[in-house]
Amino acid sequence: MRCQPPSWFLACFPFLFAAHSGAAERPAVLPDTLAQRLLACTSCHARTDTAHGTEYFPRISGKPAGYLYNQLVNFRDGRRQYPVMTYMVTHLPDAYLLEIADYFAAQHPPAPPVAQVPASPALLARGRVLAMQGDPARKVPACIACHGQALTGVLPAVPGLIGLPRDYVNAQFGAWRNGTRQAAQPDCMGTIAARLSLDDINAVSTWLAHQPFAPEARPAAAMAQPVPLACGSVP
Amino acid sequence: MKWRILCIVVAIILAAVIVAWPRDQFVASTSAADWAPTSANIARGAYLARAGDCIGCHTVRGGAAFAGGRALTTPFGTLYGPNLTPDAATGLGRWSADDFWGALHNGRARDGRFLYPAFPFPHYTKTTRRDSDALFAYLRSLPPVRQQNAAHAMAFPYNTQLALAGWRLLFFRPGVYETAPARDASWNRGAYLVEGLGHCSACHSTRNAFGASAPGLQGGMIPVLNWYAPSLSSADEAGVASWRQDEIVQLLHTGASPRATVIGPMAEVVANSLQHLSGADVAAMATYLQALPPTAAEGDMKVKPSASTMTAGGTIYDQHCVECHGADGRGLAPAYPPLAGNRAVTLHESANVARIILQGGFAPGTNANPRPYGMPPFAHVLNDDEVAQVMTYVRASWGNRGNEVTAAQVNRYRGATLE
Repeated sequence: MRCQPPSWFLACFPFLFAAHSGAAERPAVLPDTLAQRLLACTSCHARTDTAHGTEYFPRISGKPAGYLYNQLVNFRDGRRQYPVMTYMVTHLPDAYLLEIADYFAAQHPPAPPVAQVPASPALLARGRVLAMQGDPARKVPACIACHGQALTGVLPAVPGLIGLPRDYVNAQFGAWRNGTRQAAQPDCMGTIAARLSLDDINAVSTWLAHQPFAPEARPAAAMAQPVPLACGSVP
Repeated sequence: MKWRILCIVVAIILAAVIVAWPRDQFVASTSAADWAPTSANIARGAYLARAGDCIGCHTVRGGAAFAGGRALTTPFGTLYGPNLTPDAATGLGRWSADDFWGALHNGRARDGRFLYPAFPFPHYTKTTRRDSDALFAYLRSLPPVRQQNAAHAMAFPYNTQLALAGWRLLFFRPGVYETAPARDASWNRGAYLVEGLGHCSACHSTRNAFGASAPGLQGGMIPVLNWYAPSLSSADEAGVASWRQDEIVQLLHTGASPRATVIGPMAEVVANSLQHLSGADVAAMATYLQALPPTAAEGDMKVKPSASTMTAGGTIYDQHCVECHGADGRGLAPAYPPLAGNRAVTLHESANVARIILQGGFAPGTNANPRPYGMPPFAHVLNDDEVAQVMTYVRASWGNRGNEVTAAQVNRYRGATLE
C-alpha cells in the first residue's frame, strides 16, 4: 500500500501535491476561481514539468500588479511582440486584465531552481558590476537603482529581475534594441538597452539567472532614491 | 472571311462585356437630414458600424479607432485599412455622403478608382442608402486623426485597375437588399444583416482562385489566417437549424453557450460586433441562419484509427485534458466545452482543433461573459505526433466519428498566424 498524506494536509498545501498527483477528474461543479479561469496562463508561467529543459517563460508570480497590467495592455496594443500572448489577451476587457494582474501579483509559489547556465567567473563578475553599479561611462544606471536593492522589484510597476531565465532577459534586451518592445514614453529600458553592448547584456542576464530566488522575496514598497532616468511606466 | 468571323466574335464579346458591366448604381438620399450630425443619426451609424465590424480592419492594434493602418494579408498581397476619420488630408474629411455611398455600394473611391474587394463592398452593397447615410454621419462625428494611409503592397497584376475591373465584371453586381415578400420581417432583417453589413460569407464560404466568395454559407478555410470557418448550413458542421433560438442568440451575443463556445477569428467578431447588437437583431440573424437550406458536409470516419493510436491518445488525454473535459468527454459547458458530440471537434477539416490544442485561447470577454475561462496552449508540451494522437482520440471517442489526424496535418498549424 502506498503511503498517502492525510487529507487535511493535502487541503492545506495543495500546491505541494498538484504536480505529483496526476490530473484529477473533472469536478462536479464548475470552479469559479481565477486559478481555473487562468489555466491558459499558468500552463506556461507556472510550469511544474521543468524537466523539459531550458526554460524561457518568465515567472510572473509575485511581480507588482502595475507592471503585469502594463505588460498585458502592451501585448494587446502591439507594444510587445509575442504572438501567443497577444492572441490570448486581445479580446479580454481591461477590468479582467487588472484582475489577472492582481491575481498573479498575490501568488507566491515555491522558488524555481537556480538556472544552470554556463558562465565564466569573469562574465559573472562583469554582470554583478553592471547590476550593482552600472556603467557610468556609458550612462548606464545600476539595475538596483530602479529594480530594488534586492532586485525584487518596486511597487507599483517595476518588475523584479531575480528568477528570470537568461534567454528571456536576453530576448527582452534584443527586442528593446530593435524597437519591437516598447513601454510608455519615455521608454527608459529602451534607452538603456541601446547603450549596452551585447557582451554586457549577456553578462548581466547570466548573472541575474545565477542569483538564488528567496521564497520570502517581495517587491520593495517604494523607490529608495529618485530614479536615474525618467520612466513612463513609473508613476 | 476569317477576319470577318474574328471581328464578329470580338464584337459579340465586347457587347457581352458592355451589357454585363457592373454599372454604378446611384440612389439619392431621401433628404440631407439623413446624414445630418444629429445624435440620432450618429447613434444609428455607430450601431451599423458595429454590425459591419468596420473597426476590425480600419484600426491598427493600439491605434486610434477608425484611423486605419491594420494590415490585411491576402494571397494576392497585403492591404492596409485606410483612415475613416474625418481628417481632411488623410481621412474622409473631403468626402460627401454621395462619395461614401459610392464606396459602400459601388466599391469606388471618391476619385472613381476601383477599390479592392478585400473591402467587402460585394456585401455592403446590400446596405440601404438611409443606413449608408447614418454610417457617414457617424464617421463624420469621430475626432479627426491625421494619419497617412499606408500604401498597399499588392503583387502584379492584382495591383492594377484593369485587374479590378475584370474582377468586378466577373463577380460583382451592385444592388441594395431586396425584401423577400414570402418571408417575415425577422427573416428579412436577418438576411439583410448576415448578407450585408455582417459579411458572414466573407469567411464562411470558400474563395475561388480570384478571391471571390462562393454564394451561401457552406464554410471554408480562411486564407492566410488558416482557421476553418465552418458551414452554417450543414448539420454536421455549424448549422443551427436544430438549436433553440435562445442558444444561438446566447452564443452570438456572449461568445459562450451550452452548445458551443467561440474562439479564434469568431471571437473577434463577437467582441467587436455581435455582442453590441440588439437582442432583436441577433435573433433575426438566428432566424435567417436556422432557415438556410440544409447542405451536406464532407463525410466522417472511413477507417477506424488503430488501437495503438487510440491508446497513446488516451494516455495523453488522461494526463492533460481529463481535468476539465472529463473522462466521458462531456466537459462542463460553457467554460469547459464538451468534446463528446461536439461538431467543432469532429469537423472533416481538423485545422481548428489542432490550433486550439497548440495555441489554446480565451473565449472573448463580453458584457455578458467578462471573465472568460481559457484553454491552455500545448505547443510547448506536446510534439506533433502527440497532438495528432490526442486529436485522433477525441475525434473517435464517445461516439464521435471524426477522421484520424496525422502529425503532418498538425505541423501545418504549429507556426500558424496568430492575430
